[in-house]
Amino acid sequence: MTSTRPRTGPDTVTGTDALRWPRGIAPVRFGGFSTRIELRAAALTVLFLLVALAVAVWSLTVGSAGIGVAQVWSAFTGTASTGTSRIVLEWRLPRVVFALLGGAALAIGGAVFQSITRNPLGSPDIIGFSSGAYTGALIAGLIATGSAVGTSIGALTGALLTGVAVHLLAFKRGVSATRIVVIGVGLSMFLSAFNSWLLTTMQLEAAITAASWGAGSLAEIAWGNVLPVVIGLVVCGPVVLWLAADMRMLEMGDDAGRGVGVRAETVRVVLLLMGVLLIALVTASAGPIAFVALAAPQLAMRLTGTPGIRILPAAVFGALLLAASDLVARTVIAPTQLPVGVVTLCLGGAYLVWLLATSRRGSRR
Amino acid sequence: MTRPTSSVDPAPSRLHATSLSTGYGDRRIIDDLDVRIPDGSFTVIIGPNGCGKSTLLRSLVRLLKPTGGSVLLDGTDIAHTRSKELARQIGLLPQTSIAPEGITVIDLVSRGRHPHQSALKRWSEHDERAVQKALTRTGLADLTTRVVDELSGGQRQRVWIAMALAQDTPILLLDEPTTYLDISHQIDVLDLCTSLQREGRTLVAVLHDLNQAARYATHLIVLDQGRIIAEGAPTDVVTADLVRDVFGVGARVIPDPETNTPLIVPHAPVFPDPGAHPAPAGPSTALMEGTR
Ligand SMILES: Nc1ncnc2c1ncn2[C@@H]1O[C@H](COP(=O)(O)OP(=O)(O)O)[C@@H](O)[C@H]1O
Ligand SMILES: [Mg+2]
Repeated sequence: MTSTRPRTGPDTVTGTDALRWPRGIAPVRFGGFSTRIELRAAALTVLFLLVALAVAVWSLTVGSAGIGVAQVWSAFTGTASTGTSRIVLEWRLPRVVFALLGGAALAIGGAVFQSITRNPLGSPDIIGFSSGAYTGALIAGLIATGSAVGTSIGALTGALLTGVAVHLLAFKRGVSATRIVVIGVGLSMFLSAFNSWLLTTMQLEAAITAASWGAGSLAEIAWGNVLPVVIGLVVCGPVVLWLAADMRMLEMGDDAGRGVGVRAETVRVVLLLMGVLLIALVTASAGPIAFVALAAPQLAMRLTGTPGIRILPAAVFGALLLAASDLVARTVIAPTQLPVGVVTLCLGGAYLVWLLATSRRGSRR
Repeated sequence: MTRPTSSVDPAPSRLHATSLSTGYGDRRIIDDLDVRIPDGSFTVIIGPNGCGKSTLLRSLVRLLKPTGGSVLLDGTDIAHTRSKELARQIGLLPQTSIAPEGITVIDLVSRGRHPHQSALKRWSEHDERAVQKALTRTGLADLTTRVVDELSGGQRQRVWIAMALAQDTPILLLDEPTTYLDISHQIDVLDLCTSLQREGRTLVAVLHDLNQAARYATHLIVLDQGRIIAEGAPTDVVTADLVRDVFGVGARVIPDPETNTPLIVPHAPVFPDPGAHPAPAGPSTALMEGTR
């Protein structure tokens, strides 16, 4: 062979010039620790967090009691009147904290599902978990006639069973992950129809409890509802963060992911379990809140400009979304409160249209 | 110039499979197959579409579990090797992979470092050097900040190869690395494989072009219906009979004028209308014998 073409080969290796990174990515090293930081994503995550906290504080001041920021502060420091303290610390605070933590939990769950299905629509609310949780809540209503605890347990069971069903149907023999969306949507439709039928068979009182739960609302949230979500985040959050790098590798396909040493089946099952748990724990208390799990990871990804979903920005953005939605739900037609699920559903419709209009598919080799 | 040296002695082999059987569901694709990948070789696997080349490659890195037999690396069944440890020894370019939307070249290539990373050591200077070397060797140094979706098919293919290179493994398996590439980039990739092999790595590639396979391979494996039909040095393996039996193509095999490796020249087709073609119709083998 005659060498008429310039060759790429070992002779062109220089090995000394620095790697050219896209703007805003910085390698960080100290001691045995090293990582790369996406500066824009990091900065925006901090910003989202600050805005979410500001919305939360604002939420504490909103309501008929006319409590200002100063009084909220005094309630925290223990110098406010008993009445103010009770309104702020026992009525409003759990709701606001639930919105922040629940929003984060939903977003993490959504991020996990979207990453595993490699599909922005592969979110738990689209692929049947909300419907499954609703089915569980309705059946619990039939059995326990309208107790809130029964509804929660029913919802949790329903969501987990739906998770098992989707997993068995979609991942049997390691079939392609995109099947999960198709199967999930089908399952979701089936369960919705089943739910409507269940509602018609119930006694009025039980049907009303179930239906009001089914709209998704934070109005009844007390500290007792916050605790399961805190536990869920403390347990599942670190596991998801720990597996986030593996999760990203699997986005390139199972073969490519396993080729770089990811135990695809194990990682996927653990991640799915974490996702279902997070979503189910929130749904059990608040009912199905649409859109947060679906949109928070995608919006955070687009705003921060990261290739692929990042857990922390998604979580913080989810907290912001749900806290803001709940604030809207409480204020838009005050003194009447909307269920937050209605607000998020409206946002979700607009978001879906935008998503379908702007999305492009990842490219295959 | 690039005449590969071949050795037919039972060469040492870190990676080999014994009575390997595997398939998909109930369908058995590979049945009771023994294969040794000679250390330091550039092994090329050829065979007709669907004969199990990808399946074999995937079993060699445990993407597919054997239903019988085993794959051994350094004498240990890889079923018992830890995933990341295996990925530090054997790299793979799968036949299809998905580039996440919006990912940059450098980001994708960096992912090859995953098996070398841990919770605390996520981006060492060693990682950085390996990625840089991989980018340079695949001619991508100027494209690092480009978005993969927006590259040409050939450039994309090189990004995936760079990712496998960044993994920096002593053994590298490439499933159709030259598919989608123009002839110049095909030769670049094959030359790159040869230079990697000469540095001491073991390369295994699935190729479709028989002449390229014969020219570059130090060890050729011919697969048909999940069985090894022939293996060894290309000069010993590639014959007109083999090409006819395995690929169903009548051809002459002559020495490649550049490298002396076997060159497969398919017989000219015989068309019913002699007027359309200057060559007179006739028994094609006799015709071919006469034209030289
Ligand atoms: N994921 C799969 N599920 C079921 N059958 C498969 C799968 N992948 C490949 N096959 C079948 O296995 C056989 C061998 O495929 P493969 O190893 O990809 O062939 P090739 O030699 O072209 O790489 C083919 O008949 C193919 O249809
Ligand atoms: Mg193949």
